[in-house]
Amino acid sequence: MRHLIDILQLTPEEIDELVAKATDIINHPAAYAHKCDGKILATLFFEPSTRTRLSFESAMLSLGGQVLGFSEAASSSAAKGESVADTVRTVSCYSDIIAMRHPKEGAPLVAAMHSLVPVINAGDGGHNHPTQTLTDLLTIHNEKGRFDHLTVGFCGDLKFGRTVHSLISAMSRYEGTRVVLVSPEELKLPSYVKTEALKKNNIEYIQTTDLSSVMPELDILYMTRVQRERFFNEEDYLRLKDSYILTPDKLTNAKPDLSILHPLPRVNEISVAVDKDPRACYFKQVRYGRYIRMALIMKLLGID
Amino acid sequence: MVIDAIRNGIVIDHIAAGKAMELYQILGLGKLDCTVAILKNVPSRKLGRKDIIKVDSNLDLDWDIIGYVDPNITVNIIVDGVRVEKRQLKLPERLTNVIRCKNPRCISSVEQELPQVFKLTDRENRVYRCLYCEAKAENR
Repeated sequence: MRHLIDILQLTPEEIDELVAKATDIINHPAAYAHKCDGKILATLFFEPSTRTRLSFESAMLSLGGQVLGFSEAASSSAAKGESVADTVRTVSCYSDIIAMRHPKEGAPLVAAMHSLVPVINAGDGGHNHPTQTLTDLLTIHNEKGRFDHLTVGFCGDLKFGRTVHSLISAMSRYEGTRVVLVSPEELKLPSYVKTEALKKNNIEYIQTTDLSSVMPELDILYMTRVQRERFFNEEDYLRLKDSYILTPDKLTNAKPDLSILHPLPRVNEISVAVDKDPRACYFKQVRYGRYIRMALIMKLLGID
Repeated sequence: MVIDAIRNGIVIDHIAAGKAMELYQILGLGKLDCTVAILKNVPSRKLGRKDIIKVDSNLDLDWDIIGYVDPNITVNIIVDGVRVEKRQLKLPERLTNVIRCKNPRCISSVEQELPQVFKLTDRENRVYRCLYCEAKAENR
């Protein structure tokens, strides 16, 4: 039985397979409409989420399966003090696959240790979010036609941004990747991500606080939101939340084929005026999220 | 200063000077009924000064903990007054319930009876990370 807790559990070859499967689903949706007939996905969301939960539910419904679950900890037995292990032991008796989001880092791994069915990490605190990374990878592949020899800029909250950590780890496995890290001092990429993803794979990277100076180099610009829920201190959040706001004038020296990605939700870090720019890919990214999750659910359930 | 040679037991040697009490506490040697001798600041050709612990019983010790405290420690097993085994320790790949994760966002801070597990991710720099949240253990 396979789980997906960390994107690095998937080999580059498996990611290629998932991307190919998702692309086939996009082109032939009817062929997949009954692949998961009779199967149940449990969505255990101990932390609110709109996009990820609905994306998982939409993916399973599009495959002919059904969905049950909860969307906040208050409406689950966690509110009564039940452990993650016990919740999952129970839910895995009612479902064929589980997608879990939890504010505590490592909770989906604990779930996987006790589950009778595959567990997918749908985000654990500021730690990992592998299905967002798969979504990002499908977007990159469909926009650029490849994963190698790309210069990828990450901008905003690189400290708590779990999607950033996962995507950097995934992209570090491809030849010729260059990484550009743009953030305020307080939200720099944690040293362990630098050590274990970038340095270990000899990935060339630069760190800067100035987005405009590096803009012309980028093939991909991955914007992130400074997340209020990651701060213990409201003052720090308010001080840093508007550090980088992408506006059309900041894109004047960008490459014509730049792809702008964002895991969403956006607050104000990308001006609405940028949405009309053909380089803005973040709403396409949302669409891809559903298809890659369909491909992943099928893979973990062993359905071809 | 003379400490009796032990006939059946364990000599934990080459402990960095000043670390013997920490090891004594971590291994729970205070709970034993047998004779336990702690020698501090013993002259050593290799280390300059070292600590030694002698335990007058052939216990099954947690080698991983000893290796984590100091991989340069050697452990001698004595049977009938003769050293029958000399173990060179190394940093263990995993540590279970030896150190605690300090990350308040880690599931191990709230989940009932979850073992505290750390894995060795960088042997050269002695880096251990929490199995669950990957937070780095504080250096000893």
